[in-house]
Amino acid sequence: MFKSLKDFLNKIFLFNIFKGRSNLKLGLYGPPNSGKTTLANRICQDWLGEEMGTTSKVPHETRNVQEKEKINVKSGRKEMTFNLVDTPGIATKIDYEDFIKAGLKKKEAQERAKEATKGIIESIKWLDSMDAVIIVLDSTIDPYSQVNITIVGNLAARDIPVLIAANKSDLKKSDLKKIEAAFPQYGVIGVSAEYGDNIEDFYDELIKLMK
Amino acid sequence: MLTLQYVPMDEIIQLDSDRKVTKLLKIIKQDKIVMLEGRLSNKEEGMLIERTMEEIDKKFKGIEIASLEPNVRKDIGSALRDGIFKLFFGDRRGITIMGPANIIKEIKRDPNKLQLYTSNRRGRK
Ligand SMILES: Nc1nc2c(ncn2[C@@H]2O[C@H](COP(=O)(O)OP(=O)(O)OP(=O)(O)O)[C@@H](O)[C@H]2O)c(=O)[nH]1
Ligand SMILES: [Mg+2]
Repeated sequence: MFKSLKDFLNKIFLFNIFKGRSNLKLGLYGPPNSGKTTLANRICQDWLGEEMGTTSKVPHETRNVQEKEKINVKSGRKEMTFNLVDTPGIATKIDYEDFIKAGLKKKEAQERAKEATKGIIESIKWLDSMDAVIIVLDSTIDPYSQVNITIVGNLAARDIPVLIAANKSDLKKSDLKKIEAAFPQYGVIGVSAEYGDNIEDFYDELIKLMK
Repeated sequence: MLTLQYVPMDEIIQLDSDRKVTKLLKIIKQDKIVMLEGRLSNKEEGMLIERTMEEIDKKFKGIEIASLEPNVRKDIGSALRDGIFKLFFGDRRGITIMGPANIIKEIKRDPNKLQLYTSNRRGRK
């Protein structure tokens, strides 16, 4: 009796701070180069009229967590306001020589690698402050990587709602089924952040996720 | 030559997460491949990535890691065993392979198979 009363009061209390908090945080997480910033730019352009950050075919372009406040998304009669957080792609290895191969000078390549390691640590630290997360995956790549499993597992352990965006659906090699098979317990939506394919359905799912 | 070092569950089970991660990284940084009995928790995996990032420099390029979990069978016997196992080990059954990225380029997983793509350029002087 006492325990359930305490639980009840706790719930009301939690409910209140949840409601009272100024803004919900929606995080974009995933491995490097999956299209997180491209998707962030599309969302920000559609609802805010500005960009989130720079994108590149060279991985680890985003090396600091970026946040845009008070984005109001509408779909049909439903709407939702949140802060959008773009994060550096999470990886277990970084080789500056890969950046040299991509055309960077040695110094720039080493600097990029150094910043990228710090960015990954920042991404992981920010996981705790998310209210919901979109995991952005490149749907042309095998989804069974330990990094993906670690991200999903950490969000599940914290009870943070997750939607998986199977990005780059415009590419021939895109395999939505494979992503769905890898994460059967989550909603998966195919999108092309670059070209906007299926973006209306994406907004619809996004609002459902956060309601 | 490639060295595989077996780390049995009872060698790390009594360590806290921090010491566990430290121990595993130490072996990996000696250019060895770790065969860990069991799996790390989500939190420990996150810590392993953070610690790896802190250690990356010109020589150490990070790690490759993959783990397999046992097939979930739902007969009563294994369900009972699962229950007991979870109680003691938090269901960390399975196997984990991890090694330095300069030696293992990629690990692909087939449900019950791990394929290690090794590098001929070891990055060692
Ligand atoms: N074809 C195609 N390319 C895409 C799509 N989305 C992103 N890209 C490309 O993929 C590359 C990486 O995109 P980013 O948005 O920078 O990826 P990111 O996930 O932010 O990467 P990091 O910041 O490194 O973690 C860029 O060259 C994009 O143009 C898509 O839907 N289709
Ligand atoms: Mg980015």
